[in-house]
Amino acid sequence: MKELVIISGKGGTGKTSLLAAFAYLAKNKVLCDGDVDAADLHLIMDPVVQKRHDFESGNTAVINIDKCTECGLCRELCKWDAISEDFEVDSIECEGCGVCVYFCPEDAIDFPVNTCGEWFISDTRFGPMVHARLGIAEENSGKLVSLVRQEARKLVEEKHLDLLLTDGPPGVGCPVIASIGGATALLIVSEPTVSGKHDMERVVQLAAHFQVPAMLCVNKFDLNPDATESIEAFAKQNNVKPLGRVPFDPVFTKSMANIIQIQKQRMRLRMSGKI
Amino acid sequence: MIISVASGKGGTGKTTVSTNLAISLDTDVRFLDCDVEEPNAHLFLQPIIDDVETVTTPVPVVDEDKCNLCGKCGEICQFKAIVVIGETVLPFQELCHSCGGCMEVCPEKAITETGRKLGIVERGHRNGLEFVHGKLRVGEAMSPPLIRKVRSFQHPDRLTIIDAPPGTSCPVIAAMKGADFVLMVTEPTPFGLHDLKLAVGAVQILGIPCGLVINSSDIGDDRVKVYAEQENIPILMEIPFDRKIAEAYSRGELLVEVMPEWKERFAALYQRIEEIAG
Repeated sequence: MKELVIISGKGGTGKTSLLAAFAYLAKNKVLCDGDVDAADLHLIMDPVVQKRHDFESGNTAVINIDKCTECGLCRELCKWDAISEDFEVDSIECEGCGVCVYFCPEDAIDFPVNTCGEWFISDTRFGPMVHARLGIAEENSGKLVSLVRQEARKLVEEKHLDLLLTDGPPGVGCPVIASIGGATALLIVSEPTVSGKHDMERVVQLAAHFQVPAMLCVNKFDLNPDATESIEAFAKQNNVKPLGRVPFDPVFTKSMANIIQIQKQRMRLRMSGKI
Repeated sequence: MIISVASGKGGTGKTTVSTNLAISLDTDVRFLDCDVEEPNAHLFLQPIIDDVETVTTPVPVVDEDKCNLCGKCGEICQFKAIVVIGETVLPFQELCHSCGGCMEVCPEKAITETGRKLGIVERGHRNGLEFVHGKLRVGEAMSPPLIRKVRSFQHPDRLTIIDAPPGTSCPVIAAMKGADFVLMVTEPTPFGLHDLKLAVGAVQILGIPCGLVINSSDIGDDRVKVYAEQENIPILMEIPFDRKIAEAYSRGELLVEVMPEWKERFAALYQRIEEIAG
């Protein structure tokens, strides 16, 4: 089984659009939306949900006021200042470390498990898809990314397919790290802007750090041909193979607005046979 | 006043709006780039950096001579960042959330703290504008503590503009919490709208007033506007699609420098924010 993960560093460079194009082209695959924070792939794929599961992860402290003697030890120990003077826990600030729960002399702090979101196995016209929805303002997005990838891999095995196509999140932090570990290869989608290049350099470093082979595609390449050249040169120096370029064309945005597959309107991308 | 510029979806124009807003005003602004995973504002503002600080988070080290392998540290740790296996105790520093529980619980006082590098905070200036940003170390997973460090430089009496990261989870919350106003930047596409709804959900949980900037406003459909009207979110600015703007952005040029007529519009945007947020 092979897994290709699409990442970018900078947001909005075209990860999901490219993944949708590959979903149209590739056979015998499972799709996975690893951007659980702001999952968008389902908007194009129009999945029919077959199985739905809660995503439970982490805990939040809840103080039982009837038992609490307001000794203040929990407030002293809490590194996140999550407990107010009235001994109420701010669930957004609470890290779920359980230190207050452990040390409370009155056993007055409950520690229920959080339901932070849900994940789905769905059918789409392009094949099975595993995706998720992280609750707003929730934590543990990295764990949810790991979970959907793991489930998507299982599905590839069960159905005797060959390929997993994963749409990754932006950035270089926790959810991105969770989306690239153990992948066969990464496709970095960049754009020829100063920020696109800056962010792409950081994901190239990240790929090297975790020793995952990476390739490059420059979207909107003709917006700034010099910047495209310089991005591709940086990639080559760092053993990241430039595979293709996509032109800047407002038709892309318009077709997204109509949720039409980009290749149905205009498919100019010449991808290497490897993908 | 603290204005946080956020979006849900990445690449909608947060940095464009926050940087241009910051240099279009007569007041001196403190600018905090809280997108520590991929900070970009410095590429446009080109600040002179005066100070670089390494930011660490405390993680445990165990004195094996003192440790009696009781295993209490492993019991209290919710993040599997310290475990006793056979005759050794193993801290996994990269998994540690720095709660201090293991140190607190250790009956032998065998655990002390060392620092794990999260990244750096750079401070600088561009004329009267004070600039601060964080850069997460590549390979580091936890951005919120670094974002909070950048936030620690916000000025209570001065206008602070925050460039927030994309998404709706903990890093975004860290960049929006305590702000007086959240300026949402979106694009009129289904992706933009979908992620905008999530971001608005987060702002509502935090109870902060918000307004909207629609970027590439003439290129998609009107569903963002319909949504904004339903939710009573004021549309404070529209930036039409213009290849000239996109090209200037690609070179790292500020919109107000390439097209000076935008300076007034950003100043007017700030006035409207002031009216709303008081």
